[in-house]
Parts: sequence; structure tokens; C-alpha cells
Amino acid sequence: MTLLHEIKHLVIKDIRLELKQKYAINGILLYIVSTIFLCSLAFERIVMPVTWNALFWVILLFAAVNAVSKSFIQESQGRQLYYYSLASAHAIILAKMIYNILMMIVLSVLFFGVFILFLGNYIENQALFFTTMLLGGIGFAALFTMVSAIASRTNNNFALMAVLGFPIILPLLVLLIKVSKSALLDSGWSGALPSLAALSGLNIIIIVLSGLLFPYLWRD
Amino acid sequence: MDLFKVSFWKYLGILLILYTILAGFLIPVPDLPIIHESIRNLFFHVCMWFGMIFMFGTSMVYSIKYLSGFNEKHDIVASEASKTGIMFGILGLVTGMTWAKNTWGAYWVNDPLLNGAAVTMLVYSAYMVLRNSLDEEHKRAKVSAVYNIFAFVILILFLFILPKMADASLHPGKGKDATMTVKELDNTMRLVFYPAVVGWIILGFWFLNLRVRMKVLENHINSLSGN
Repeated sequence: MTLLHEIKHLVIKDIRLELKQKYAINGILLYIVSTIFLCSLAFERIVMPVTWNALFWVILLFAAVNAVSKSFIQESQGRQLYYYSLASAHAIILAKMIYNILMMIVLSVLFFGVFILFLGNYIENQALFFTTMLLGGIGFAALFTMVSAIASRTNNNFALMAVLGFPIILPLLVLLIKVSKSALLDSGWSGALPSLAALSGLNIIIIVLSGLLFPYLWRD
Repeated sequence: MDLFKVSFWKYLGILLILYTILAGFLIPVPDLPIIHESIRNLFFHVCMWFGMIFMFGTSMVYSIKYLSGFNEKHDIVASEASKTGIMFGILGLVTGMTWAKNTWGAYWVNDPLLNGAAVTMLVYSAYMVLRNSLDEEHKRAKVSAVYNIFAFVILILFLFILPKMADASLHPGKGKDATMTVKELDNTMRLVFYPAVVGWIILGFWFLNLRVRMKVLENHINSLSGN
């Protein structure tokens, strides 16, 4: 009960902080819009659905890294210490993850809209693509939250974020590209179900592992 | 009598690897299309990946041990095991790439197993970068142990589940519609393959043993000269 209580208050704290500063969401939105616009200028017209798919995930991946990387860096060390004295380590990592997942869901829905506006819509099975995108957003948020916690313990955390994160995001990304490709090419659901199950499983494993390992990270 | 201080498992390793090299090049092998005599590379290339996975597994086990007891020795084993694993990985890539060039026609192709190998090398390079970026020993041990466990679990899923879901692989015995499996491996070849796997793994643990002892001595010397 206390864990849920702590998580609730920490998530509300993060949302309030965000609404007050409007720094992350606006910055990332600008990043997304300008990257997509750049792509639409550079490609002029995208012919291959596979290229469309690759661009979609690459831009979303970089947006996720930028959005999540500040999780444990934004606030000063002193204030972090204050939170640790108030809440348990599990509550802190889970709250950060829930907040980042919410943010990634909002971002990826907005991203989806802008992407289709500029680069066209090639999707056969809209519902399947949308489900995949949400699962991908959750996975990106969870994994990069943990990686940013690890990177924040070092001195050059921004460079390490990509170095540490990209190799372990690849399994997730390979699955995502596989499912979304099937959503682009045909309208059936049956072929994608094992991959969707694998994606959900991978997300759960990432969240559970982070919960187990985070307590070792913050204690000095 | 110094000779007998070497434990028997090291002799076993030497014998098995000698046997692998001699028998591996001498036994008759089935003449399969495309691969022909190059099938003998099985005794070396495939064993490198076995050695690598065992080393990385050892590394993860010692990371867990470190987090449960904060014993400095466990951190040394974890870091040296992943270095030994990287060495096996590089050897696996080199033997695989020469084999691929001569059978598939290119050094690198798009294949689930090759992707797995590339990701594995990237993950452990990242682990090494992470270790080097932390100065304070205690913190370095703890943070890198967390990353090691986190990455290894995700990596295992990538290496053992995704290739099974892939539609096809150039590697025999992998992918959904596999044409040849390990069960169909020629019986004479199995007589060399299984001992070879054990031999290379033993050699890996011997390397690890030496590396850990060297590192412990190095740390000891550093602590002496520091005073």
C-alpha cells in the first residue's frame, strides 16, 4: 500500500514539474517535427514501405533517448538524496518508469500523426501498427529509464546513454520492425501474434529486472 | 615436482584440444555440397561461441555474487571473464567470416546468428566502456555488475529466442524451416565435436584463472606502491 502511495506521489511530482517547465515535451516535439520535416525534404517522396518503416523507428528511437535521458540527471544530487530518504528505491524507479511510459505514449501518438502528415500513410493494418507502436514506446521508456539510471552514476552520462542503451535496445527494435513490417504489408493479425506476445514478454522482463537491480545502483 | 601442481583438468584441456586439432584435420568427413572439406571448421568456429557463452555466463554469475556480498574478488572474476569472452567472440567472428567468405561468398551477410554475434560484441564493449568511465573501485564494481546482469538477460533472449522465430537462416539447423540439425550431424564428426566443445571451454576457464590471478597480483602491487 505504501509503495503504491509513494509511486503515485512521485509520478504526480514528475508530471507537475513537467507541466511547470514544459521543457521536455516541447523540446522533443520540436525535435520530432524538425527531423520529420528534414526527412520529407530529403526523400521528397518515399516509395518503399520498408524505408518508411525504418525511418519511423529510427526517429522514434532517437526521440526516446532524448526524452528519457534526463530522468536521473534533471534534478540535483541533493534533491535526489532527499527523495531517497522519503521513498523506497523500488518506488523511485517504478515511478520514473511509469512517468516515462506515459510521456512516451503521448509522444509516440503525436509523432505518429506528424509522421503520417508529412511522409504519407502506407499501413495496411492500422490497429496492429498502433499496438506495436504503443508496445515499442513502453519498451523504449522502460529500458532507457534503467540505462539512464546507470549512466547517471558516471561522469559523462550523455555519451554513455547511447553507448549502453543501443546494444540492448536492438532485440526490442528487431521485434518491433518485424511486427510493424507485417502491419505495413498485410492486414492479418494471426502472423504477428507470437511476436506481439514476445514484445509484451520482453517489456515485462525489462521492468521486473530494473525493479530488482535499481536498489543496488543508488546506494553508495 | 612443480609439474604436478597443475590441476588435472588443465591436462584434460590440453589433451582434448590436441585431439581436436589432430582428429579434426584427419578424420574422414562427409562430402557435402558447397562446404566440402571446410566442414572441419565446425570443430573450431562453433566451439568459440560455446566458449564465449560460458565466459559471459560466468561473468554474470559473478556479478550476481558481487551484488550479494560486495566481495572485490568477484568483481575481478566478472570483468576478466567478460574480457576472455570477448576474445572468444573475436575468434568466433574471424573463423566465421573466413568460412562465410568461402561458402556464402561474402564476409558478412544478414543472418539472425550474425546479428546476435554483433550485438553480443557491442554489449560487452559497452560494458568495458562503462567500467573505464568509472574511477572509484567500489562504485565501478557495483554499477558495472548491474549493467552486466541487465544486459546478459536481454542478450540471452535475443540469442536463443529470436533466431528460432526468424523465417530462415543460412546456418544449418537454425530458423523455422531448418534443413539440417545437430541431430543429423555425422557420427564420426560427433566423436570430435563434443570433446572439442569441452576442450575449448576448459581452455577458456584456464585463461580466466590466469587472468584473475594476474589481476589480483597487479592490484596487490598497486596497493603496495601506493603507500
